[in-house]
This record gives sequence, C-alpha cells and structure tokens, in this order.
Amino acid sequence: MSDVTVGILGAGKVGTVLGRLLLAAGYRVLIAGSGPVSRIELTIEVLVPGAVTATADVVARESDIVVLALPLGKYRSIPRSQLEGKLVIDAMNYWWEIDGIRDDLDDPRVSTSEIIQDFLPTSRVVKAFNHVGYHDLDAGPRPAGSVDRTAIGIAGDDDAGLARVAQLVDAVGFDPVPIGSLRDSISLQPGSSLFGANFTADAVRTAIDDFPATPRGQLVAATRAHESGGVADD
Amino acid sequence: MSAVPFELGLNTFGDVPTENGRTFTDAETVRLIVEEAKLAEAVGLDVFSVGEHYREGFVDSAGAVILAGIASVTDRIRLGTAVTVLSTNDPVRLYNEFSTLDALSGGRAQLVLGRASQTQSFPLFGYDLADYEALFEEKLELFMRLQRESPITWSGTVRAPLVDVTLHPTMRAGGIPTWIGVGGSPNSVIRAAQYGLPLMLAIIGGEPERFAGHVDLYFRALEQFGKPLQPVGQHSLGLVADTDDEAAETWWTSWKPMIEMMGKERGFYPPTRERYQSELLTGALFVGSPETVAQKIARMVRELRISRFDLKYDVPGLSRSARAHSIELLGTVVAPRVREILAEESVNV
Repeated sequence: MSDVTVGILGAGKVGTVLGRLLLAAGYRVLIAGSGPVSRIELTIEVLVPGAVTATADVVARESDIVVLALPLGKYRSIPRSQLEGKLVIDAMNYWWEIDGIRDDLDDPRVSTSEIIQDFLPTSRVVKAFNHVGYHDLDAGPRPAGSVDRTAIGIAGDDDAGLARVAQLVDAVGFDPVPIGSLRDSISLQPGSSLFGANFTADAVRTAIDDFPATPRGQLVAATRAHESGGVADD
Repeated sequence: MSAVPFELGLNTFGDVPTENGRTFTDAETVRLIVEEAKLAEAVGLDVFSVGEHYREGFVDSAGAVILAGIASVTDRIRLGTAVTVLSTNDPVRLYNEFSTLDALSGGRAQLVLGRASQTQSFPLFGYDLADYEALFEEKLELFMRLQRESPITWSGTVRAPLVDVTLHPTMRAGGIPTWIGVGGSPNSVIRAAQYGLPLMLAIIGGEPERFAGHVDLYFRALEQFGKPLQPVGQHSLGLVADTDDEAAETWWTSWKPMIEMMGKERGFYPPTRERYQSELLTGALFVGSPETVAQKIARMVRELRISRFDLKYDVPGLSRSARAHSIELLGTVVAPRVREILAEESVNV
C-alpha cells in the first residue's frame, strides 16, 4: 500500500483531514495549497506531519491518485494537463458561502462531478469524501467490520476507478458504498439527505433509495426530464 | 501556585427570545440584551460580546450601538464583538465606532474580527462572497495600521485612499484588544499569528479537541513570525440550568428548529436527538448543570490551552427566564468552579 502516492489539491479544512487519514492508512501523501508552497509548509508540518508539500503542478504530476479538496468555485485552477489519464477523487461541494452565488454550480440537471469530469476529459473522476463533514471524517475512521463504521457514498463512470477508490475509502477507515454514476452523484450533494449525515452503510443505501421521493430528488428528476424534452432519458 | 488567568464571557447574536410563549419584539430584545449585560457584570463575568447578523430572529446588526448602551449602565465588564464581519465593514468607520466606545466605556472596548458563519452582510452591502478573503486581508491590514499609526496615508482597492489622516476620537495608544475569530481554516490561524493577534476559535460542532492541532499551529506560527505569545479563546454555544436533563431539554426545544432552518439554507442534514446527545457529551455544545459545564470548560483549558471562554447563551425562541438563569449560574457557580478546578490542577502538576 505504501508505494501508492496520493496527492491532495487543497490544504484547508478538508485537505488536511484527508491528508492525516491517508498517511495513517500508509499512503505517501503530497499536498498543495492555492498559493506558494512556503505558505502551507508550517500548516502541513503541524497538522499533517509526514505529508510532503509541493506546487499543485508537482502534486498532480507525481501522484497516482489525486484528491480535489479545494473550493469548488476554483476548479478551473486545477492543473488539467498534469492530470491526464489519472484517477481523480472529487471531494468538493458547492458551498455558496465560500464560492459566492454560482448558478452554474447549483444546477439540478448537472452534478458538480460531471462538471469536473467535463473539465478533466482525460481523467477518470470519482466522487468521494464529499458528503460526510470533515470533523466526522477526522473523528470517524474505524477498522473494517466495526458496527458503527461510517460509510461514504462513492460515484463514478469508470468501474476500475470506482473499485480503486472503494479500496482507498476502506483503507482509511470507512465503508465505501457505490451509489451509481457521476450523474447520480447529485444525491450526495448539498440539499440531499445524505449531505452532512454520518451514516452506516445500510443507512446510506436507504437514503440513496429514498432520494427520488424527497423534494430535492423530485426537483432533480423534473428538471432533468424537462431538459430531455419531457421524455425520460437514460 | 499563582492563579491561572482565565476569563469567562458571554456572546449574544441578539437572538429574539420568548416569554410565556410570546415572542419578544425586536426592540424589546435590544433592551433585554442591555439588561442581560448588566446581569453578567453583576454576577462577575468578564466580557460581554455582541455578534453581527442581518436576518429575522437576530437583532445584533448594530453591535456598537448596543455596546454603547451597555457601556452607559455598567462599570467593569469588557465590551466586545463576536464577531465583527470585517470584510463588509469600512475599517475607518469601525475605528470611529470602537474608539468612541472605548472612550465612553473608560477603556473597555475590544473586538473579534472574522468572517462569521452567516453571510447576509455581503449582498446587503454590495459585496461578492467570492471576494471574502481578499477583502478581509486588505481591511485587516488597514484596520491594524489605523490603530497603530497616526496620521496615516494609505491606498488600496477596498475603500477611498487616506492621505495624512488622523481619526477622532483617537484610539488609546496601541489600539484596543483585537482578536481574530477562526472557524477551522489553517490559513486564518496563520494570518492571526502573522499579525500577532490573539486567536478566538469558533467551535460550534464536533469534538473540540480536534482544534488542538490548530492551537499548536498558532503557537508555532507566532514563534516563526517572531511575535510575542498571545492568548487563545474559545466561542461555543450552550446553556446552564439546574440539572443536566433540564438544560438538555430546554436547549433542544429552541436549538432544533434553528439548526433545521440552517440545514435547509445550506443543504445539510439536521442532527438527530442521538447526535445532539453526543454533542452534549463529547461535542461542542456546553449544555448542562453548572458542574457539567464547568468540567467541560476546564477540559478545554487543558486540551486547547485557552485562557478565555465565551458562551453564546442565546438561541432564537429560548425563554427570557432560561437565559437569565443561565447567566446567573455561569457567573456565580460555573466561573468560580472552573477557577477552582484549574487551581487544583496547577497545584497537582
């Protein structure tokens, strides 16, 4: 396991917590913030001891798997060419208090991970780690088989990528629950009953099954049906 | 053997209370806050701080005016903010308000500058939330210079330039105590250290101990920037009542609808009763009997090396009498008990 390098783009609340979890699971961790490397050196030394700081370009290029943990509104700053062909974990959410009001990121027809996949056409994007609060992630890792193990919904269009992310989620201490495609990952986003929830695997599955019947699920279905001219797609 | 310095304060966001089922008017709530601050002083609390919000159910939009009212009916308690949303304030206006408050109160004014977890002031005053960081950075630099330099010449992007300007009433030498409020962003912690300003941790959910790393980071950063040691404080929510059960039940009744409303606005899952219980036990809510709350605060002093604890004692809909009783217990029972526990521990070390 220790020969796998995971890169994290974003050295804020989520990035630092994920960094600690990944190191504890035996991964080599590279991490980049938004500014010069020197700006995050002390933060990483104190909060994520063992992780290596580098520029976003280097982190993206040198890592086997790259986790996106920057504010979603800044996704266009992601070093796209360095991520060609790579497995990318999208842990981001539209959070208007940080990103500002962005209608493009709050469209019920399109999941934000689809937007990221469009921006990174040659990468394989998997949604994970977005719907459990970062303080629950921090406090929540448990060995496999623990009855109270927190589950993390994951979504993606690439089976091999999904399997690899499932393995990583399990390795850091959570139950991976595949919930569908990137298009389906809207059920992990803000506004869904899973967002902010700290659930076991069964409860995550139930929430996913129940999603279409929730007001948010109905809104998503209605706007998507309208988009395809009133004819059910898929 | 010397007493461990420790300050206990109150925070209000001007949450509108009820009495016998009737909701207070906004004006009644403003007047009640002044009464509660008087009570806080009478029971020996150290600081009373007012937030800054712009929404129904909260009347703290003009904190400096409320604090001026409090200043005129109190003698000793220090008067601060929790927090001032610097990004959407004009640093010059803020200086004027707080140098005036400091004059009026005989040197009792102080501030916590931050972002706050509510953001209505951005659209209200014509700012873009996405500019938050840049606004805060530039305005903090200007505000600290205003407090330390006079006359001042300054130009930037966030307000009109200043040329050889001296503001009046002039702030006391060196300025008033100015803290930086942070919610968990490591960058904000570093920024507080860079300016050599005291750090106020807003801990409103999850296990408070997870902030220990942030405190390490803050002290390490102060050292790296060559700044003198500064205090760390904690802001959390809670209620003190005669028993744990009474406190838990009373707080839940008012807190649940508020947190559900916030969840709806931001799209997060509202906590269950089970989750609430764990917040009381190991989380960030300071709700319980005087002994429970005192033990929990003392634990924070140990784990997070804080020397100031501010309890936000109000939540919309909480009864006036529950608020008053909480303030009384906090001042008369919790504060001396925390100091007793800390003194015992310092002897035993």
